[in-house]
Amino acid sequence: MKYLSRYRRHRSAGPLLLLFALFAIGTTFSVASATTTPEQSEFSRSTAIEEGREIFLKGCSSCHGLNLEGSAIAPSLLGVGAASVDFQVGTGRMPVGDLSVQIMRKPPVYDEKEIAALAAYVASLAPGPEIPTEASLNYERDGSTAEGGELFRTNCAMCHNFAAQGGALTQGKYAPTLMGVEAKYIAEAMTTGPQAMPVFSDKTLTPEEKLSIIKWVKAVEAEPALGGASLGRVGPVTEGLLVWTLGIGLLIGVAVWLAMKAR
Amino acid sequence: MSNELEAIKDPGVPAHIHRQADLDPKAEQKAERQVAILFALSSVGTLLFIYSYIWISEDLFIFFPILGSTNAKQLFLGLGLAFSLFFIGAGAIHWAKTLMPDEEVIAMRHEMRSEDEDRSELVKTAKQGAAAAALGRRSLIKRSLGLSLGLVGLSPLLLLRDLGPLPGKKLETTSWKTGTRLVTDPGDRPIKPSDLEVGAVAQVLPAIKEGGHRALSDIGKDAVLLIRLRQEEFQLDPERLAMTYEGIIAFSKICSHMGCAVALYEQQTKHLLCPCHQSTFDVTRAAKVIFGPSARPLPQLAITVDAEGYLVAQAPFNEPVGPSFWERNSQ
Repeated sequence: MKYLSRYRRHRSAGPLLLLFALFAIGTTFSVASATTTPEQSEFSRSTAIEEGREIFLKGCSSCHGLNLEGSAIAPSLLGVGAASVDFQVGTGRMPVGDLSVQIMRKPPVYDEKEIAALAAYVASLAPGPEIPTEASLNYERDGSTAEGGELFRTNCAMCHNFAAQGGALTQGKYAPTLMGVEAKYIAEAMTTGPQAMPVFSDKTLTPEEKLSIIKWVKAVEAEPALGGASLGRVGPVTEGLLVWTLGIGLLIGVAVWLAMKAR
Repeated sequence: MSNELEAIKDPGVPAHIHRQADLDPKAEQKAERQVAILFALSSVGTLLFIYSYIWISEDLFIFFPILGSTNAKQLFLGLGLAFSLFFIGAGAIHWAKTLMPDEEVIAMRHEMRSEDEDRSELVKTAKQGAAAAALGRRSLIKRSLGLSLGLVGLSPLLLLRDLGPLPGKKLETTSWKTGTRLVTDPGDRPIKPSDLEVGAVAQVLPAIKEGGHRALSDIGKDAVLLIRLRQEEFQLDPERLAMTYEGIIAFSKICSHMGCAVALYEQQTKHLLCPCHQSTFDVTRAAKVIFGPSARPLPQLAITVDAEGYLVAQAPFNEPVGPSFWERNSQ
């Protein structure tokens, strides 16, 4: 104790203590607010649809209704298709934890088998877009990066940013970044239109064109920042911020030093 | 005591405070070393720049704190040049501040006038020169010089032509005519109403002839966004409702504020947002402005289907698309 109290009037003691307190609060909060995974249900039934029904009744029906009819806080799931279920549950957006502005991506609550069962159950009641198969997602073979870039700039860039980094929408909503998003989920998002995103149907944006878009997004993801620091690839916002804070700050510092009389 | 205020005496210039380097030879040596170190840092920067340019490979990426994975060549080229320039300046300033003479010196003002002798000499030289050129005698040279100088003045006047010509009807018309098919952008495929599910959007342009070419200036006026809603979601007057087709509504993508492409469509709120200045339009109420600086709704394109079942324009836009201009007020 004596060792510590010796330094209590040290001039960096205050800032250090503040830093420590902030860190402690942040850690405690993130540990306390971590989502708890519900107990996995037993798989005893034989068909996937029956399993899916079981999971749905336990995990989803309180909001989406016993017959997928929806409620005041959740949309009807009739006709949304397996693709929509796979996207929403597979990216962890459903089941939802926080109903405020926008439902965010988080670690999925259900495992692959359970998601497949849920999707099969929802699709069995009313048809809708299907989950794209592994074979239909061979964007490396079937897509074109150049064409994908052109399509992305016309159809996606206004919300997701010209380098697919995501961007702001109205009233706190935002289009998420596409970096690190699996090809399957990008394809499903385009066909189903989750949350604020509109649907891009297969007739106006053909499956081949969707693969081109995915190939372009993957190319951007792999593209190294050859020009130096990319600053998040969001363009003038971060660049301006850096110049106006760090750049002008540095200039002010130099100006003060210039005018200071030498001792 | 009298009531008169006493004038404050001129306190004079404060006593000169000498610098450490002026008084203490050790401090002087120290300052000298500091200047030398700053100049040396500049040399190190230049060497770093040269080294990076020649020897660092272009695809070498290193981890740099804050920036993350960064291209080493670009990073060290920049840092090297910044160091080499900044520390020359810093060294020079530090030198001037610590070691160069510090005493105040008075430079007296003097009259800003040349000596009489110099002035008369100048007049004499000018007169001699004029006489030697003999312009009064050589009228051919005088006239041709006058002509060429006069003509030189015409060139900048001619360039003023580039301020025109006036745009004429170009700002008020687009390529949309009655019966023009709506085709996907890019891809140029005609669209059937059944191609669009509820909640779907499509970026479209007017169809062009086979092998035709679209000028960028045309795309800038013609771009249209197709949105499909449920028919019952519209809150339109009968005239506007007749411009839609089975829940499909078409708006010009060119913002009525500054001409950015408005295509951030939020499927749940049915709002269209302009990314430049956040003008927000309500699609269900004929793109009524509900937020932001835009003064009027986006122009709506009347659509229907042709004999083959493809979406076509019923009529051209009934108002100019895009931002206001001189002849068009904001309303």
